[in-house]
Amino acid sequence: MFSVSNLSCSRGGKRLFSGVSFTLQPGQWLHLEGDNGVGKTSLLRLACGLSALEEGEMMWNHQPVVQNSEAFRANLAYLGHQLALKEDLTPLENLRADAAVAGRHLTTEEALQALAQLGLRGREHLPVKVLSQGQKRRTALARLLVRAAKLWILDEPFVALDNAAQNALTQIINGHLANQGMVLLTSHQAVSLSGMGFSYRLAA
Amino acid sequence: MSAFVAIVRRDLTLALRRKNEVITSVFFFVVVAALFPLGIGPEMNTLRLVAPGILWIGALLASMLSLGRMFAADFADGTLEQMALSPNSLTMLVAAKILAHWLLSGLPLVLLAPVLGLQFDLSANALWILTLSLLLGTPILSLIGAIGAALTLGVRGGDVLLSLLVLPLYVPALVFGAGAVQAELSGLGASAHLSILAAMALVAAVFSPWASAAALRIALES
Repeated sequence: MFSVSNLSCSRGGKRLFSGVSFTLQPGQWLHLEGDNGVGKTSLLRLACGLSALEEGEMMWNHQPVVQNSEAFRANLAYLGHQLALKEDLTPLENLRADAAVAGRHLTTEEALQALAQLGLRGREHLPVKVLSQGQKRRTALARLLVRAAKLWILDEPFVALDNAAQNALTQIINGHLANQGMVLLTSHQAVSLSGMGFSYRLAA
Repeated sequence: MSAFVAIVRRDLTLALRRKNEVITSVFFFVVVAALFPLGIGPEMNTLRLVAPGILWIGALLASMLSLGRMFAADFADGTLEQMALSPNSLTMLVAAKILAHWLLSGLPLVLLAPVLGLQFDLSANALWILTLSLLLGTPILSLIGAIGAALTLGVRGGDVLLSLLVLPLYVPALVFGAGAVQAELSGLGASAHLSILAAMALVAAVFSPWASAAALRIALES
């Protein structure tokens, strides 16, 4: 269970949002909505611990995240605007290095399977720099499949994906939810996810 | 531990696929060390006198060249975020980055130094001490440099600021590193200098990854 209460954030002396509270139970998703510049990305970065908390509290399985950050991070997969891909490495190498940094040993078969699930079969051994924008995003999304993280925090995961990839991603997220996972995402598109979920509109 | 190995391996693989970055700083060292004998002239005694200082300053500047890149690419493409979110401690991951930086920019200098030292008519003993002093000293350069690189990450004009920040901190390593060779040349023995150099490397190895990780977290917050 992941819950945040009373989060606030200021940027450049301007209050972006305050008093944000929500709870995610296993199998639930939360779609964060809001206009540009309202602080969606800031909230996600706050939630995954990249920014320091100004006020409020975050709990992971009834324990404060600040005191149990390792247990929290072991269960967290974050996909931001930056894809964290090395252009000179292949998708396979990127995936394996990423899993190792996240503290997971990944076999080649697992990695290939994850890439195939996102339609990257036959691209595994090309340097990422020759892939298209959409294929790069697919490579970054394949990371979600190999992380074994309970909580996915996704910043605009549907951007730059074609219809097939959007459907594949929706299925992957649904599978994660069915598996008692939790998803916190932002998207300007309408999302149609299964399971329990709700939208949260962030307003200034 | 596997994360540590994975980061070192990734950085080495990246360097192999983009060789020019490694070659630039090594080539810089070779050129600087080769220009001095040409400029000073074939005066053996003078050359022997200035050799330790010149080779050490060359190594110092060469390692400076690659410092700015230590975290910049990872910061720009988001890899650093993922490292900060890893359940492994960022300190350990940063230590792996520093080790990879030393293997790519410090170790080649250590291996080249005896060859370049020949141009300055250094004796076999002095060459040996020079190599040893660089072997102990170049890790200090990477370690202290990492703190500077982390602090100036994302700052506009960061490269100049980085040199201003880091070069003064290199002074002790330079004094004892070049001093070791001079002591050997003058017959005093270099063991005292080398011990101090080793002690500095150990202190830096303990504090630098921790300090760099703290600075990187600040850079990531914005």
